[in-house]
Amino acid sequence: MQKKMAYSFPDEVLEHVFSFIQSDKDRNAVSMVCKSWYDIERWCRRKIFVGNCYAVNPRIVIRRFPEVRSIELKGKPHFADFNLVPDGWGGYVFPWILEMARAYPWLEEIRLKRMVVTDESLELIAKSFKNFKVLVLFSCEGFSTDGLAAIAASCKNLRELDLRDSEVDDLSGHWLSHFPETYTSLVSLNISCLGSDEVSFSALERLVGRCPNLRTLLLNRAVPLDKIANILRRAPQLVEFGTGTYTAELRPDVFSYLAGAFSSCKELRSLSGFWEAVPAYIPAIYSVCSRLTSLNLSFATIQNPDLIKLVSLCPSLQRLLVLDYIEDSGLEALASSCKDLQELRVFPSDPFGVEPNVSLTEQGLVAISWGCPKLESVLYFCRQMSNAALVTIAQNRPNLTRFRLCIIDPKTVDYLTHEPLDVGFGAIVEHCKDLRRLSLSGLLTDRVFDYIGTYAKKLEMLSVAFAGDSDLGLHHVLSGCESLRKLEIRDCPFGDKALLANAAKLETMRSLWMSSCSVSFGACKLLGQKMPRLNVEVIDERGHPDSRPESCPVDKLYIYRSVAGPRVDMPPFVWTKDEDSSLRLS
Amino acid sequence: MEVGLKMGKGGGDHVCGCEKVKMGFEETELRLGLPGGGGGEGEAIRKRFFSETVDLKLNLSSKESSGINPNEEKVKGLRQEKSLLPCANDPAKPPAKAQVVGWPPVRSFRKNMLATQKSGSEESTEKASGNSAALVKVSMDGAPYLRKVDLRMCNSYQELSDALAKMFSSFTIGNCGSQGMRDFMNESKLMDLLNGSDYVPTYEDRDGDWMLVGDVPWEMFVESCKRLRIMKGTEAIGLAPRAMEKCKNRS
Repeated sequence: MQKKMAYSFPDEVLEHVFSFIQSDKDRNAVSMVCKSWYDIERWCRRKIFVGNCYAVNPRIVIRRFPEVRSIELKGKPHFADFNLVPDGWGGYVFPWILEMARAYPWLEEIRLKRMVVTDESLELIAKSFKNFKVLVLFSCEGFSTDGLAAIAASCKNLRELDLRDSEVDDLSGHWLSHFPETYTSLVSLNISCLGSDEVSFSALERLVGRCPNLRTLLLNRAVPLDKIANILRRAPQLVEFGTGTYTAELRPDVFSYLAGAFSSCKELRSLSGFWEAVPAYIPAIYSVCSRLTSLNLSFATIQNPDLIKLVSLCPSLQRLLVLDYIEDSGLEALASSCKDLQELRVFPSDPFGVEPNVSLTEQGLVAISWGCPKLESVLYFCRQMSNAALVTIAQNRPNLTRFRLCIIDPKTVDYLTHEPLDVGFGAIVEHCKDLRRLSLSGLLTDRVFDYIGTYAKKLEMLSVAFAGDSDLGLHHVLSGCESLRKLEIRDCPFGDKALLANAAKLETMRSLWMSSCSVSFGACKLLGQKMPRLNVEVIDERGHPDSRPESCPVDKLYIYRSVAGPRVDMPPFVWTKDEDSSLRLS
Repeated sequence: MEVGLKMGKGGGDHVCGCEKVKMGFEETELRLGLPGGGGGEGEAIRKRFFSETVDLKLNLSSKESSGINPNEEKVKGLRQEKSLLPCANDPAKPPAKAQVVGWPPVRSFRKNMLATQKSGSEESTEKASGNSAALVKVSMDGAPYLRKVDLRMCNSYQELSDALAKMFSSFTIGNCGSQGMRDFMNESKLMDLLNGSDYVPTYEDRDGDWMLVGDVPWEMFVESCKRLRIMKGTEAIGLAPRAMEKCKNRS
């Protein structure tokens, strides 16, 4: 007799077991075991991550997961950060909020990245979700402080309001006063992106003073240096603090009051802000330096030796963001003081200058690779590089997981040998076996892509600009990089062949961006027709692509997989295979 | 040239097309629904989205429905820093020293910060009048998205009008007077304009007041304009009294 294996655990037991499984990947795997596990899992999933808001639509999400408490959505492609995506392309959150207001009255958390958020959306959030706790708007736009006022006024249980890097219409500082006097649950507030000169200091101080659980406070530029001390004194429990404009005439009383305020913050581990920082007031933070694990000086105009002195006082530093004022000498000092460093980002102080204004070269990064054994994430802007340096870095730091190098002049050669930098980047992908993210720059041929396709098996995101010789380059990447999720390419001679030959690969990825390359509209249409689960969007503001000769490549191309079909909110400058789509706005 | 479409790679050492696709789906952040999810409902969902979420009352005229005329050189400067790609573009040629859009890849809030610090502390952070660009947001009633226009790229109201027309494809602006200024002194002319079904450009000035575009000399307008809004004439009627008032105060 055949014995049937019946899984006779009651649902509640399985649900309890599943509650220990938090990661999306694991949850997805669990749901694929059998139909009953799928059903149980979908009812108890509380957190959803949608990496591309157009890959799915709210109806589908809601139908499958009826009890969601937390949602994260991402909208525009990454290159929108650099103005490559025209205004009006899309990424509107309103349709999602509308559906979720009906379906998820108990929604607690909304995290959005690169989406268009209107005041109307914020007002709808404020009145629809009674237990709303977390709002993170990362690089979003389209809203004003009026919308924030609605959130402040209505969300009694709000814990976190984080507007990082968003573009906000800062109409007035008075929105802060809309937090009622009875409101005390704030844990995290990031308003560093607000641009106006107004801020209601008294409202801010009172808010800070009555929220005993406040851990993170990132102020905006409007808050002057002499107001910081009072704020800190009301919140000595802060763990993460961002100053406003950090400049003032040196006055001993102001200085000592400020220094005292900082030293009373025993839990402080992370500092940022420091716009227009003057050296005279930097020592006010010395008392906290030894405990700092994260320091963002990327808006601070201080230079060496003040900068070197500061970083040398921070031996516990794990994360440093800084301008290239730190120079090679500062990075050498960093390499010897900060042995716990995991993430380093060096930004250009003068990105459009023709001549270097600082002495920052590949040497600084090489020094860091020697001195910092835990280094895993790098973003580095510089003006010269060599294959030898990259090979050294790769051999020293095989534990790198994110490596983004931006050599400011496109197609810069190895300054020692005048060769392309293929071998250097090849060493990076060969040695750093866990590399997940890579950005290339400098002069590169198809060879570098061969290395990448061969070695970069864990690579998830690749950014390419002004590189390669032919379709072979793109083909190497699409056919070799097994873990690839996001590929963004600009100004490369890649055309139709590699794209069409690897069409199936595109369904295994989140998205592909190609701008100023050599892809024809015909290939885009063909791809769109053959692959119904891909949305193939041609972004071209020059008018209908068919109005130009066949040989004329499309301006920008964005391809992403989707189960929601073509989107209904495309602006007139986005063209798909449905040329005369009646769904189009015009 | 025949461009074939290969579904997956051939060769014994590679997983065949469909299996590879399935493997890929396991990687998705969001599980695909079981059969029945999103298939037949697609059309209904799309239609519902269209009417519920995007309340469009755009009366787009038949001209320019295909978008911007690529031969208009004037438009080049108005689209921020975007460069029109000539069809003969050879991507392998190194770009000139002139600024390439989006390169180096530095976020705009970093760019602005550096520009401010260079120009010294006497300028305010956002609105340094010495800036080379005067980007203002432009919204149009009924259109679901904003555009931005650089006022310093235009030299007159007529140029601004042309730029806005190209952006929104269908809107028509009333005639400007001989010096580009509206004849506000003539109340009936103004009322005619505002009673028509044409769209009328309005702007918010530094005082926070909404004004009709065209009531001050061009240079003064560029300095004081914080943002633009293209309204239907009938809705802009409310601005007429204020426009009159400001004119009277000036004269």
